[in-house]
Amino acid sequence: MPKAKILDLNDFSEQRKQQASIICSSLFFQRGKKKILSNISITIPKTGISVIMGPNGAGKSVLLRTIIGLLKPDSGHVILNPEFAGKTALVFQRPVLIRRTVYGNLHHALGIAGVPRRQRKSRIEELIAIGGLAGLENHPARSLSGGEQQRLQMVRTLSSNPKLILLDEPSASLDPQSTHAIEEIIKSTSDKNVKLVLVTHDIGQAKRLADDVTFIHKGKILEQNSSPDYFNSPSTPEVKSYLEGDLLV
Amino acid sequence: MTRILARWVGLVFLLLGTPAHSSDEYILLQSTTSTQNSGLYEFLLPHFEDVYGVKVKVVAVGTGQALYNGSRCNGDIVIVHSPADEREFVKAGYGIDPHNLMYNRFVIVGPSSDPAGIGKIETLQEAFVKLSKGLAPFISRGDDSGTHKKELSLWAKYEISPTGDWYYEVGSGMGATLNITVGLEGYTITDLGTWLSFANKSNHVILYENGSEMFNQYGIIMVNPDHCPNVNSEPAREFLNWMVSPMGQQLIAQYKIDGKQLFYPNASPKMYK
Amino acid sequence: MNTLTEAFLQSFQLMITLDETLVEVVLLSLSVTFKAVSLACLIGLPLGTALAVLKFPGQKTLVVLFNSFMGLPPVVVGLVVYLILSANGPLGPLGLLYTPTAMIIAQTILVTPIIVAHSRQIIVLLAEEYDETLRSMQASRMDIMGTLLWDSRFSLFTTVLAGLGRAFSEVGAVMIVGGNINHFTRIMTTAIALQTSRGDLALALGLGIILLVLTISINALAYGLKTTWEKHSYA
Repeated sequence: MPKAKILDLNDFSEQRKQQASIICSSLFFQRGKKKILSNISITIPKTGISVIMGPNGAGKSVLLRTIIGLLKPDSGHVILNPEFAGKTALVFQRPVLIRRTVYGNLHHALGIAGVPRRQRKSRIEELIAIGGLAGLENHPARSLSGGEQQRLQMVRTLSSNPKLILLDEPSASLDPQSTHAIEEIIKSTSDKNVKLVLVTHDIGQAKRLADDVTFIHKGKILEQNSSPDYFNSPSTPEVKSYLEGDLLV
Repeated sequence: MTRILARWVGLVFLLLGTPAHSSDEYILLQSTTSTQNSGLYEFLLPHFEDVYGVKVKVVAVGTGQALYNGSRCNGDIVIVHSPADEREFVKAGYGIDPHNLMYNRFVIVGPSSDPAGIGKIETLQEAFVKLSKGLAPFISRGDDSGTHKKELSLWAKYEISPTGDWYYEVGSGMGATLNITVGLEGYTITDLGTWLSFANKSNHVILYENGSEMFNQYGIIMVNPDHCPNVNSEPAREFLNWMVSPMGQQLIAQYKIDGKQLFYPNASPKMYK
Repeated sequence: MNTLTEAFLQSFQLMITLDETLVEVVLLSLSVTFKAVSLACLIGLPLGTALAVLKFPGQKTLVVLFNSFMGLPPVVVGLVVYLILSANGPLGPLGLLYTPTAMIIAQTILVTPIIVAHSRQIIVLLAEEYDETLRSMQASRMDIMGTLLWDSRFSLFTTVLAGLGRAFSEVGAVMIVGGNINHFTRIMTTAIALQTSRGDLALALGLGIILLVLTISINALAYGLKTTWEKHSYA
């Protein structure tokens, strides 16, 4: 994966530097004629769970992929706090599990993360426990239910001991029980001082998890605020109507 | 990464196998196909191998190819049947110690119905004139082999240019040419050894076999160790000497198919001026 | 009795009596083919994967070349290998001409493009699917190629079988570089060619039937193995 470009954080104020995990500066991204990100500048705090919200098609997934380096912006920079360099991971909305068993998927991920062969077995047992996947070790990963697959993806992501995890609508297509399980994993991961950036359009989920919220609409940032302020006193009409359940057209 | 690479290279060499430098000593004989196809070597070679403890590996190709392979040092000894080419091979420094080995004759074979009327002919010239009337296909080897050169020399001798839709140049070995001849109900010229051992004769028979012009001389030549330092010249010489010895010559005369003798020994050293 | 009936009878007789010469020829055929195909896989699978995954200048040209080389004329390959291994050729001192090793080399050259072209095609599809996931895991290129190769193993089975088929039935190249030497470099296909030129069409066809029976057996065995393996490890 192409590493996010690490700029000298001294370019920014002392305060920003200390608080930031990720700084995006004037990101533009266009697909054909459609502007997907236009002038996104944002500082994502270093701790807690940051939620990026917005209606479908707002550019959330593209922003996430740009941050982690899967997509290159047309212009602008993503600056990653050096503390997180090489310790990032991404959870996709639709998990792509490889054609192996549950055990095989984790073994493979640990291999890529450079965990020595001897240590993998005990590590896999831990991850299986976190994901609540006990008893499924030898099942083909792709024969699991949607919720199980997403849990497996979550713990697979943990196998590299990331310090920063970006999650792209991880429970968008899951039933409430599975969503709950995913959220539990998210919370317990956050408790271990892992920085999480969660993209969702589920207002309830944002309320349950967010420490701070950024609202994106049509490729632009409309609002960024701490969670209570965002939900209690939105400052733009768009966020207000979105929170009230209106369609933003 | 380096460990994977090392394993990879190791596997490659394992699969290629160590070159067969077996303890068995052997010589490589580049031979014309007729002697091989006739089964002569299977009869003859065990006698030599048992006494001398040297294996003879036979590569059977056309005379032209056999001499070419010899000239490229891919062989220790050659047995072919094209005196003019053999002479050139020796003159060019590729071969030494050329000997006449044995002879038989060329024959013209064709369908027993004999549409060209070759069977009742007295002279070879008449036969070739009849063939050139184009009443039936004539199949030519067209591959620069000893037999092909013989055929061309006969057309030239009788001042006939073999062209027309009856003349098929097939560019194949003797066996393949005979298969085509049988399939087309045509005529061709072949050495007797190949014909007698050929199993797919169908309704084809020998229609002409007389005359000194149909003489087919086989020669044996050692590949020149001065030109090719890699040759196994010691055992090659032993083999040559054995082939032209009374013992080898007698065995050649003993080889028969259906009671018919295929090759007539006539060993003698060849002297080129 | 016509040739076809005779051919069947001959092949049955040879197979039932386990004719000594036949066994020798069959074993050499199998050995040369399996070694050549294994070599072609060792070279072709990493190459095919690299062509599927890596982008570099000339990559498209290489893809086109390997696709074309699937149709390399065996006789031409045989001639080139002959000239290289020839006593006064560049690799002459190794003394490999007219040995089974020479036949393995020629067949490897014939089979490798098949392995490269087919495996690239198969792996490109899987690479598309795995791309973002593997990149987000920060997998190295070696890791990516290894994962793709291993996860395509069942699809690649057919590729290997195609290679086996080409090698096992090939005659033109091995005839030139092996020399069809009795008890040494004679294999099924060159034996068939020899019997054809001797006009013994029944025996030639009989050997052909045995070759076919062997090919079917190998394919059936491979298919059975694949199915069992697949069941035990899931694709």
